[in-house]
Amino acid sequence: MIVNESKELIIRIGGEGGEGVISAGEFITQAAARAGLHVLTFKTFPAEIRGGYAMYQLRASNDPLTSQGDGFDVMVAFNGEAYEMNKSLLREGTAFVYDGPGGDFEPENLPGVYMYPVPMTKISKGDLGSIRSKNMVALGAVAQLFSIPMERLRETIQRKFQKLGVDVVEMNLKALDMGASYVRSEIKKTDPYALQAKGVNSEDVLILSGNEAVAVGALAAGCRYYAAYPITPATEIANWLARYLPKANGVLLQEEDEIAAIASAIGASYAGAKVMTATSGPGLSLMSELLGLAGMIETPLVVVDVQRAGPSTGMPTKHEQSDLFLAAHGGHGDIPRIVLGAGSVEDCFYLTIKAFNLAEKYQVPVLLLSDTSLGIRTQGIKKPNLNNIQLTNRLTFNGNGHGNGSTHYKRYEMTESGISPMAIPGQAGGAYIATGLEHDEKSDPIYTQAGHSKMTEKRFRKLAHLEEEDFSAISWEGDDPADLGIISWGSTHGSVQEALVRLRSAGYKVAALYPHLLFPVPAIAIERFAARIPSGKILVPEVNFQGQFADLISAHTTVKPIKYPIYGGLPFNPEMIVNKVKEVLKK
Amino acid sequence: MNAQAVASPALKPKDYKSAAHPTWCPGCGDFGVLSALYQAMAQLGLELDKTVVVSGIGCSSRLPFFVKTYGFHGCHGRALPTALGIKVARPDLNVIVTGGDGDGFSIGAGHVPHIARKNVDVTYVVMDNRIYGLTKGQVSPTSHLGFVATTTPYGSLDEPVDPVTFSIVYGATFVARGFSAERNHLADLIVRGVQHKGFSIIDVVSPCPIFNKDDTFDYYKPLVKKIDDSHDPTNKGKALELAMSTSTDGKVPIGVYYEVKTPTLGERLEGLKRANKGSDTLDISAVLDTFKV
Repeated sequence: MIVNESKELIIRIGGEGGEGVISAGEFITQAAARAGLHVLTFKTFPAEIRGGYAMYQLRASNDPLTSQGDGFDVMVAFNGEAYEMNKSLLREGTAFVYDGPGGDFEPENLPGVYMYPVPMTKISKGDLGSIRSKNMVALGAVAQLFSIPMERLRETIQRKFQKLGVDVVEMNLKALDMGASYVRSEIKKTDPYALQAKGVNSEDVLILSGNEAVAVGALAAGCRYYAAYPITPATEIANWLARYLPKANGVLLQEEDEIAAIASAIGASYAGAKVMTATSGPGLSLMSELLGLAGMIETPLVVVDVQRAGPSTGMPTKHEQSDLFLAAHGGHGDIPRIVLGAGSVEDCFYLTIKAFNLAEKYQVPVLLLSDTSLGIRTQGIKKPNLNNIQLTNRLTFNGNGHGNGSTHYKRYEMTESGISPMAIPGQAGGAYIATGLEHDEKSDPIYTQAGHSKMTEKRFRKLAHLEEEDFSAISWEGDDPADLGIISWGSTHGSVQEALVRLRSAGYKVAALYPHLLFPVPAIAIERFAARIPSGKILVPEVNFQGQFADLISAHTTVKPIKYPIYGGLPFNPEMIVNKVKEVLKK
Repeated sequence: MNAQAVASPALKPKDYKSAAHPTWCPGCGDFGVLSALYQAMAQLGLELDKTVVVSGIGCSSRLPFFVKTYGFHGCHGRALPTALGIKVARPDLNVIVTGGDGDGFSIGAGHVPHIARKNVDVTYVVMDNRIYGLTKGQVSPTSHLGFVATTTPYGSLDEPVDPVTFSIVYGATFVARGFSAERNHLADLIVRGVQHKGFSIIDVVSPCPIFNKDDTFDYYKPLVKKIDDSHDPTNKGKALELAMSTSTDGKVPIGVYYEVKTPTLGERLEGLKRANKGSDTLDISAVLDTFKV
């Protein structure tokens, strides 16, 4: 068999939403991971339940992966729309598997493309009697063509369908076999692509999506109340926690809107629970007023925003990093808050725990920004060692020296750190009124100039040393000094990491900074990083029109970044970063 | 309410009174409601530290400051979902929600049906003065058609909502109406509301003497009539009939319209945890293993 030189393979599957594109892709991913490979997936799907273009892409490699990669080696088209959407990306050397003859389209003659017609619809409808088997026929053909280990695939299918009964398992396996046998008898493989299965299944590897990693991170962080309201692309977080929170004596409630969700989360936190709610941009907009309340009454709260393309309803299933301004500045008045950005599936787990710890420590709302690409991406990660995870609990009122119902307890006692001991209802002598009105140390309403000034300063004093205390190890990599530096946030991180490797192996002197803390802007780390770039050329690639993080950096540091905004609903790939860096360095 | 959260030794109504002086105008109906609440709390023997009074924004929503228990004075219209979170996190606490008709039935109206159908074990005391007082006299959702206020100088164009009717329809399991001037009667309603397991709502006629010259104490006194023993509060149809009778005969029945016993959200959640073998020491490592390839 001919084998490609590369250590990796990228397979893209496209078709109509609802015809099994995503599940076919997931089977290949599971099989590849079971065969010991690193996997990272990339998906786009329509906002509608039926119809519209859905795409699933798997990148499988011998080496760890950080991005979806550039383009693809193999394209599988279930229908004409998938072909049209990807036609321009079919290059010399791409393998193209499509539904034909008997499908809804005939591809043009594409020079240099390996063409593999497989009559998926015909086999499924004619021989198996149901169009529902089409994705399994395609899967069998693809597995046969590109050496996806058939045994691993069969195990995965069995595991997935066993609940539905033997008949369902048999029907799917039969469709798989028919697709594979069609290829064996009718197709001569001429392309060089094959999955380089190691045949080893590492025990420590977990496959999960960014959203699932947030959910399990919350559980590990001690979250015991989750306030849900469904919204694409964040809903999976609630779906997962709905199953697991009751097992941990926790509660998930779906509420009537995002306002009720955040209000109940704040109520539960006031009553002592570790709480979270997750949403996307439209939901975060609705939550803004209550975010200010949490800041004002100094109640720990974690809000996750899995960003999507906005404004308004925007493109609900498309990627964007455009809620940073909202997260950092949303809401009226001066609100103390912390904004974190997750760059990988692993980050989604660890930063969710970090978000809880920071919320508890500083008694502030903490916003964790994820995004569509990251939230729905699945990736193999090393199983976290829970023994290494430290959990922080809020500073609570110790109850000393105060009588029952005493008014002596100072909920907002002026302290050097700004952090005051919090009484939890039920605690004797700790009674106070949490209020959104400006208040004095005992939480009585006040409207004086001195009072409002002192209390505002106290609330912000809590975060004055946040960067030194909690983010001393902001990660950076690359050359020192370098000719150009990149600062990236969120899931753009992965493409930058990969671009950096390519640029440096091509002789470029470049470095990159990956802050997890986005707001307050980590000015110390950014200035320190900028000092390594004598040219002052600092590029900030981000998926929003305004260059939101670049603007925050300009406002809070002496660095004047070069903006690299894209805003089409898709994430960066490494090649885009490589090309942009070369362009900037030429100037 | 929870039997264990009872004060000992017994507290008197004045023991629930905080040092803060109410911010209400002289003659405000809310004074009567506050007194009735102190009285009810004493009668119930609520423990100060095991009780939380939750409110939103408005004149009446300042009430938590005047009570010596824990309190939460949050965002406009969001008292009910806030109380939900408190009660779910700490089922052992007594949670009483207070507020006005604008807070509860305009900006916060969307929350009422959901708290009702969840049957959260909290008591909601609404001081209904049919006016926005804190903003100095605008039409409220319970103001009558044609009501003249600052934003309706030519009279309100909207029909009013009836909180008792919609609370019954939404599935609240205890629905009552009280009158600020009938303090002992109101205190008794609050006692029954707090003792009721599930969501109880008490719409209290609480006139604003400053901004609402239509719905005054003098206007209400001849109209208010106590619901007598012939009414069967377990009969939803009869309860609705009584609630809607106001629109035909103009009388304002006070007392318990409707009361039914169904499982509370807390009880259902306990069942859910039991069914899932809920544990405080869940093995998270084993949970992570469900993601193994």
